[in-house]
Amino acid sequence: MAPLASHAYDLLLAGALLWLAWQATHAADLFRSVISFIVFGLLMALAWIRLDAPDIALAEAAIGAGVTGALLLSALGRLTSAPAEKPAATRRWPGTIAVLALAATVLALLGAAAWQLPAPGLGDAVAGHMPRAGVDNPVTGVLLNFRAFDTLLEIGVLLLAVVAIWSLGPTPEPLVPAIPSPALPALGRMLWPMFVLATFYLLWRGTHAPGGAFQAGAVLGAGGILVILAGARPWLTGEDNGPWRWLLSLGVVTMLLAALSTTLIGQRFFEYPESAAAGVILVLEITAAISIAMLLFAAYLNGQPPARWRGYPHS
Amino acid sequence: MMSTDVHIVIVVILLLNIVVGLVRILRGPESADRMLAAEMFATSAVAIILILAVTTSSPALMDVALVFALLSALAVVTFVSRAWSALNPPQPPKHDGEEDGP
Amino acid sequence: MTLTEWLGTALVIAGVPFLLSGTLGLLRFPDVYTRLHALAKGDNVGLGLICVGLGIQSGSVTVALKLLLIWVLMLIASATGAGLIARTALARGLKPWGL
Repeated sequence: MAPLASHAYDLLLAGALLWLAWQATHAADLFRSVISFIVFGLLMALAWIRLDAPDIALAEAAIGAGVTGALLLSALGRLTSAPAEKPAATRRWPGTIAVLALAATVLALLGAAAWQLPAPGLGDAVAGHMPRAGVDNPVTGVLLNFRAFDTLLEIGVLLLAVVAIWSLGPTPEPLVPAIPSPALPALGRMLWPMFVLATFYLLWRGTHAPGGAFQAGAVLGAGGILVILAGARPWLTGEDNGPWRWLLSLGVVTMLLAALSTTLIGQRFFEYPESAAAGVILVLEITAAISIAMLLFAAYLNGQPPARWRGYPHS
Repeated sequence: MMSTDVHIVIVVILLLNIVVGLVRILRGPESADRMLAAEMFATSAVAIILILAVTTSSPALMDVALVFALLSALAVVTFVSRAWSALNPPQPPKHDGEEDGP
Repeated sequence: MTLTEWLGTALVIAGVPFLLSGTLGLLRFPDVYTRLHALAKGDNVGLGLICVGLGIQSGSVTVALKLLLIWVLMLIASATGAGLIARTALARGLKPWGL
């Protein structure tokens, strides 16, 4: 890269990211915060690309800029149905100073931790173990084999979030726009096959290139959100949301099963036998992707889905 | 190669395009204006990613652009159907004129 | 540099002014409807020219097809989004500028 132009690019990107982070946390208008956050995710993906991390850029594009933006917008829609309270305009200096001190401490600790990181990173250690990972993509190898425990906890966090959302009550009524548009059902019909195709594509890519369960799951979840806005209704029904519960917990359940069965056959927790690693990872990828898609979709519904969708108006 | 240098300059110009457009997010005044700005940034970002993907011939970047393109409809559809109706209920007709200053 | 590379670069360069004018319109036009109009130029022509130029440059049919797919997806999103926003803005009582 031409040095001058690349410096200009980096400076613009970093400056815009800092400004957007400030806007997202401090804008007086909540909608402005949400939009700033969405654009922040967009530029963050550009930053990850610049840092040569296409895996994270892909996750940021799918989860950060796509699904999280939709979740925040829909949460905002519920929030502002109550009259907005104006925050007090007075500035309290002791509080500001305490926050600044805390931020400086955290920054110093993070800096110290970053300083002590092993100099070339863990890339060599991962590369050394890749032959027995069962996949060709080092990131997938780390996420679903070497550090599968972390992934289990991540999906667990998502599951806990959905449990908390369900405890808030049933899904609120208007699922379609107040002003219906004929373009919306057409959009859903046109894009839904593309979403499914992209999901399988990303899952398949994940074995040898950037892609994988989280990205694929996020894309599928986003597709679900789009078709429900376009007027479709989930076919998952039944008393007590039985099928929902199974699909939402599928990822955590299969990961736990994989981990426990390795201990039963005499290996360590999450240490797959080398010959079976590829198959185990494939199963975990697929189940985790389905679960993540359902978890993000359930989060978007803003509450426990009803046993029957009949009362919920179609567009 | 000369064409790569040209592409880098284009990428910087497109990023500058996004940064200048941030003013619309600051000003509004309608929430739809801010949403439109975000849409505009998505287009510019996809263009940047595609140029980088082709000039560095990295197929992974192409997938990032693909995911962006696929999900770009999601934000605006959610905005129209969920957020906009609740943010500020419909008002009697008025002019949406440009308002400078606070 | 070969002829195809020149052509590709020229098309990419030709796409940039459309994206820039999209931002110009976003900043200078007076209301939502006119800004929608400005935005569509960037999505349709600007990104389109860039995709065609890059497709010619890449010299690979699969890459060109993927670029085409990405452009079509952005077109679908931008067209639907513009329709939805305009329709909702009108229903909410935002009067177009100059009326």
